[in-house]
Amino acid sequence: MNKRAESLGAAMKKAGIQNGMTISFHHHLRNGDYVMNMVLDEAAKMGIKDLTVQASSVFDVHQPIIEHIRNGVVTGIETNYMGAKVGKAISEGILDRPVRFRSHGGRPDAIEKGRVKIDIAFVAAPCADASGNANGIYGPSACGSLGYACADAKYAKTTIVVTDYLAEYPLSPASIEETDVDYVVVVDKIGDAAGIVSGTTQITRDPVGLKIAETAARVIEHSGYLADGFSFQTGAGGASLAVTKYLKPIMKRKNVSGSFGLGGITGYMVDMLREGYFKKLMDVQCFDLKAVESLKTNPDHIEVSASRYASPGVISACVDHLDAVILGATQIDTDFNVNVHTDSNGYIMGGSGGHSDTAAGAKLSIIVAPLFRARLPIIVDRALCVSTPGNTVDVLVTQRGIAVNPAREALRKRLTDACLPVYDIGELKEMAEKITGKPDDIELGERIAAEVEYRDGSIIDKIRCVK
Amino acid sequence: MEIKKAAAAGTMESNDAMIMIEPGDGELEIFVDSVVARQFGKQIERAVMEVLSQYEIEDAHVLVRDKGAVECTLKARCETAILRALKED
Amino acid sequence: MRSMLFIPGNNPGMLLNADVHGADAMILDLEDAVSPDQKDAARILVRNAVRALDYQNGKLVIRINPIGTPFFDDDLQAVVPLSPDYIMPTKVDSAEYIKALSEKLDLLEAECGLENGKISIIPLIETAEGIENAFAIAKADKRVKALFLGAEDYSADLHAVRSKQGDEILYARGRILNAARAAAIDAYDTPFTDVNDEEGLEKDASLAREMGFTGKAAISPRHITAINAAFSPSKAEIQYAKEVLEAIEEGKRLGKGAVSLRGKMIDKPVVDRAKRVIEDMLALGLGGDDE
Repeated sequence: MNKRAESLGAAMKKAGIQNGMTISFHHHLRNGDYVMNMVLDEAAKMGIKDLTVQASSVFDVHQPIIEHIRNGVVTGIETNYMGAKVGKAISEGILDRPVRFRSHGGRPDAIEKGRVKIDIAFVAAPCADASGNANGIYGPSACGSLGYACADAKYAKTTIVVTDYLAEYPLSPASIEETDVDYVVVVDKIGDAAGIVSGTTQITRDPVGLKIAETAARVIEHSGYLADGFSFQTGAGGASLAVTKYLKPIMKRKNVSGSFGLGGITGYMVDMLREGYFKKLMDVQCFDLKAVESLKTNPDHIEVSASRYASPGVISACVDHLDAVILGATQIDTDFNVNVHTDSNGYIMGGSGGHSDTAAGAKLSIIVAPLFRARLPIIVDRALCVSTPGNTVDVLVTQRGIAVNPAREALRKRLTDACLPVYDIGELKEMAEKITGKPDDIELGERIAAEVEYRDGSIIDKIRCVK
Repeated sequence: MEIKKAAAAGTMESNDAMIMIEPGDGELEIFVDSVVARQFGKQIERAVMEVLSQYEIEDAHVLVRDKGAVECTLKARCETAILRALKED
Repeated sequence: MRSMLFIPGNNPGMLLNADVHGADAMILDLEDAVSPDQKDAARILVRNAVRALDYQNGKLVIRINPIGTPFFDDDLQAVVPLSPDYIMPTKVDSAEYIKALSEKLDLLEAECGLENGKISIIPLIETAEGIENAFAIAKADKRVKALFLGAEDYSADLHAVRSKQGDEILYARGRILNAARAAAIDAYDTPFTDVNDEEGLEKDASLAREMGFTGKAAISPRHITAINAAFSPSKAEIQYAKEVLEAIEEGKRLGKGAVSLRGKMIDKPVVDRAKRVIEDMLALGLGGDDE
């Protein structure tokens, strides 16, 4: 059968796009993605209204969605992460229906269990054949893993693969298989390579960030989890990635042979795979070119779907095998609840991503954060949004000390015995406020801007509009 | 004391504040523009007032452009701006 | 002190975190890190920071502008009331410089109600003349507790090319060290200036330690861990310190007045040194079961 459509608009017509539909997108092209904007522009041109955008993430590049909301083309957003630019508009109340936030694991579960129904999935594919077999490792817009698109392609009523690099049939490997694809469209460009992946991911040079990272590595060292078979996940930003810099020599000194590195993958984790610190990398998202290249060439670098990565609804997922994860926070409260959805003023500028999934799955979840940013203390009485519940968070590491969740008394003792600077989280809070002063509570509006669905499907918190 | 001329102190870097002071129109006017206005707006104004009253300044325009400076930094920038503004050329 | 970290005196962000990097001392800098038109601002900022932040982790050193500049007296006026552990005068070239400074400190300490001699001096020696007068500087006043070599200005004064291996400063290092030890005070080595060369830093620091320096200054917080490691007690020293303290405990339990170990009497300096070694060890997280 011929799946080719001559244009995006033609494919959308063939798919029977209508008012009120739910259309989905993945975020592997990150801040370089053209596809969501192209589809929404096309829908607006066709006079379509009342769409719900079901996107694994919404980045700053997707700002045109704000105009589509104003014009009634888009009336709902469901996502796992939202950048600050669209987040600000949402927090100011531009959307009548609250945004529904999920996590990277919760989203595929909701799709697979039918709690989320997708009418049309648009799968941006750096490389595809005419039957819709697709991967992310070839072509000018290569992004590596396509893990976040798998559930969409499989469960949407109609799946449209959008590519700018058509390969001969049969394309292999195929992250998305032809069995799930209805239409294939070739466009000029699916994205801007510069915004998709960075050349190399640099470790922070901020001395406070490095101090925090060094301490976090020592927490792992003395946690009891650093032994042969150790598995590890860390983010690409700030102090998180820098933890690997300090963990490496510790693993070497203790002669620890790790089992796998998980998550969003950077060149730094690729180096650790090559140098034998880990035996495998399980990759749901590539952050830089080195990771893309490694996924393409190294059989021990494995692409995983979002569901296999972090879903709470499957028999087992990667996060359930995880020993330690390093995570960030914009706020953490004295019950260890973490906010990664809003800034200290209440504006949406993030989302769970895999935060709550990995915190729940990993044996040791470590939050790394400075005691204060500019004048704003990180530790608060009550987080503006509970993104990740405190009972899944084990340790907070700051530049002036560590706090251990009181539920983890044995861990606390291990770290204290290792002469690490362990404090009560309330003491750390006071330490910060002695320097910054105590901030006044901010006043938020009555209207709900977003609801945060925890990975188990329950609503864990609601985010209010900013006044 | 009397503000003789316009003067400024501080920078627009994070954790710092730029404070500008100039002769007023018979009273004290303070304008605060801060990245942490919601959490610290009142405390910033209070800190600046404290330094101004230490130097018995009752007639000046003061503009605070704050990038998240803590109180000791704010007060240092304010004092520096005052001392510069009090100096005759 | 193993490490002394320079913190620019007019940088509020760095002042906030001056004491988190593990340096045994922080040097709040009013001299080269501050441009001439911001000296007034830095002086006030440093004063407020020291008062408000109440640095607990490490000794406080304040580096002031050289004698003969218009900033010298103002710096002292601002700094003495803060009662820092040390003042670091710059471009020190003679004993007379130190004597003049010490006299001013006598007056200012009295004015501030501080005990006479409370504030110590670590002269920064960074001129050819200063190097030649190192011993006289070390002996100039009882406030002088250490000499500190500044190799950047010094090598410029020599017309030398500054290099990583530092052959051009070998004489100065030896001279400073000998003068300091002859005067029974400490000696601190010049900072290593390549922020990104970790291997070079380790080499440079261990050379200084082997030569006999007490510690080393740093211009980057990222250098502190390596410097502390280079100037920390060795495993053998740690082992000996533990034995000393155990012997003392044992002696107390048995009610002995004098205690000996390995055939030698343990007197107070030995105990003090052992305690320092153990403190350093704990601070560095050394001495665990598997190190």
